[in-house]
Amino acid sequence: MILMWSDLTLFLLLVASGGFIVYIIKQEKWIFRWSYWILIAAFLCHTIFLGYRYYLTGAAPVLTLKSALSFFSWCIVCAYLILQLRFRLMVLGSFVAPFAAFLMIVSTAMSRVETPVRPIFKSLWLTAHVGTIFMGNALFAIAFLAAIMYLIQERNIKQKKLGSFYARLPSLATLDSINHYCLLYGFPLLTAGMITGSIYAQYVLGTYWQWDPKEVWSLITWLFYAALLHERLTVGWRGRRAALMSIVCFTILIFTFVGASLWMGGYHSFNTMGAKAVQ
Amino acid sequence: MKIINMGMNHETAPVELRECLATEPDNTARALAAMRDMECIREGLFLSTCNRVETLFVTENESEAKHSVLQLFSRLGRMPEERFSSSLYTFEDMEAVRHVFRVASSLDSMVVGEPQILGQIKEAYAEATRQKTSGVILNRLMHRAFHVAKRVRTETDICETAVSVSYAAVELAKKIFYPLEGKKVMLVGAGEMAELAARHLISHGVGSMVVANRTFERAVEVAEGFSARPVAFEEVGAQLLEVDIVIASTASPGYVITQPQVKKCLRKRRNRPLFFIDIAVPRDVEPAVNDLGNVYVYDIDDLKGVVQLNRVQRQQEAVKAERIVQEEVAKFDRWLKTLDVVPTIVSLRDKAESIIEAELRKSRSALGRMGPEERMAVRTLTRSVAEKLLNDPIVFLKRMAGRKTLDTYLDVTRKLFNLDENSNDEE
Repeated sequence: MILMWSDLTLFLLLVASGGFIVYIIKQEKWIFRWSYWILIAAFLCHTIFLGYRYYLTGAAPVLTLKSALSFFSWCIVCAYLILQLRFRLMVLGSFVAPFAAFLMIVSTAMSRVETPVRPIFKSLWLTAHVGTIFMGNALFAIAFLAAIMYLIQERNIKQKKLGSFYARLPSLATLDSINHYCLLYGFPLLTAGMITGSIYAQYVLGTYWQWDPKEVWSLITWLFYAALLHERLTVGWRGRRAALMSIVCFTILIFTFVGASLWMGGYHSFNTMGAKAVQ
Repeated sequence: MKIINMGMNHETAPVELRECLATEPDNTARALAAMRDMECIREGLFLSTCNRVETLFVTENESEAKHSVLQLFSRLGRMPEERFSSSLYTFEDMEAVRHVFRVASSLDSMVVGEPQILGQIKEAYAEATRQKTSGVILNRLMHRAFHVAKRVRTETDICETAVSVSYAAVELAKKIFYPLEGKKVMLVGAGEMAELAARHLISHGVGSMVVANRTFERAVEVAEGFSARPVAFEEVGAQLLEVDIVIASTASPGYVITQPQVKKCLRKRRNRPLFFIDIAVPRDVEPAVNDLGNVYVYDIDDLKGVVQLNRVQRQQEAVKAERIVQEEVAKFDRWLKTLDVVPTIVSLRDKAESIIEAELRKSRSALGRMGPEERMAVRTLTRSVAEKLLNDPIVFLKRMAGRKTLDTYLDVTRKLFNLDENSNDEE
């Protein structure tokens, strides 16, 4: 029953992505409208799925990579829908929807391991920790996508080869300000996530910080984003350099998210979450 | 006799080459004076705009005239012929006429349908009439060209849908800055196209504007038209800290805005993007400025790329316009060919006239007894008899104009009416 919602979400996301891709080629507004509503439907299905699971397990849906990816996909769509209200930027969907669909595909393809949830994960602190971090990451992901769009558009204008992307992509100023806003709101969320995380650690492990690989890498990611935000706000970095930097930052973030969780061990590792639960 | 058109435009020659020929403002007058002194050129016209440099001339001695014009180009541009000869196109007779019509109706423009070219051609023609280098054929040709331009403008939508270079520049500005509200523009130098671009930007919500000009009075004058603020030319560098869009169109032979100058102000600007629209020929903004981060420079050739985006939509209208041009070329061709018939027709009329005069003289005594009214009636009567009689042969000859057999008919006519004998007698 619950799996149906997940499959329906994936199906709707794929349809919406297809629609958004057709939209960027054909530039017909009704295609965008349909894709947009389908994306909203996908988001609602996804919300029902996640909410139902939360109700069943009582823990944030991040205990396996499979569910973490699914949750991340939800966060990105959520961030996009909020940004859409502010920027009304139709073409952004053509980048965000396929990205979210891709995450969902990977998540669905992974084998499902049902393990009982350890009681320590049934904590509001964990939910706050994961919720803020994931929302922050989703905003960074959109900043990353906007940075890619910026680089394409800036290249078009700079080299004076105004190809088919030129007309379809928004203006440099808009892309830069999306990047700016995502950073401006994403960074406090990341910070809040790290703080709630350490409080949670104190609560269950008795220490705020214990040099777990993921903690270290999160700190590195945080420092990089802090540097980018600082340069942007004080020196006035913008445009190409800021876009490149936010791509670098996001690469590190992805490494922290996937790499540090899978291969480096530590209590953040998905392996230990399941294994310890069995013990 | 041949009509020849030689020149280069934005498609055949890069801006670097065109600006060599456009540096001196009085080039047109000098070129026309030189053409007037050439034995082999009967009539001449010289057109120099920022997108094209062309000559149009009528000659009896084709090869010599072409050679002289090449030399003239090389003198005006102060460069050897090899440098530009590959960028040069030559059209002859009806091809030349077609080209002139297309240029006048803005079909050959960088921005198809832009309205400025017609004014520029009219100015070039006015200069040619002032310099007395324009004669029967060019007068007719240019007036037909203006007529074609008018037809194209009223009968097709090519001008309405046309995006002028300035409009294209605004589109680009929107891709860099959107929204344009609150942005600041600086106009360096003045000119029709620059002012048009400025007007477009203002209508798209640009916040404020400053105007700089070498002569401050001119800056004040232009600024008043836009309710903008005039600044001294020396302030341009300082203004770069404030403005977002710079439209440059001075007649300066060197760069007005250089790379070090722009680089210096970027950090103080906190890297806010800066967009240079350089519609001057020769260029005002050093091309290396485009290599700086967050700075974009578009010169007039680059804007061509932007404009091509809209080209497809106008293709259909262009076909219609080309048809109008073709029709008018055919008409002009017919007129030009009647020029061969004209001397015979004139002698026919002359002969009739002299016969009438001679006969009236003979009957003077008889006519003397009539009143002035009757005398007038007799004159009119004789005239109309002669005219009616000559009408058919004249119409026939005109119809034959342009046919291969025309010479035979002219010959027969001259013999039949004894036209050549007559002139010999008079001599």
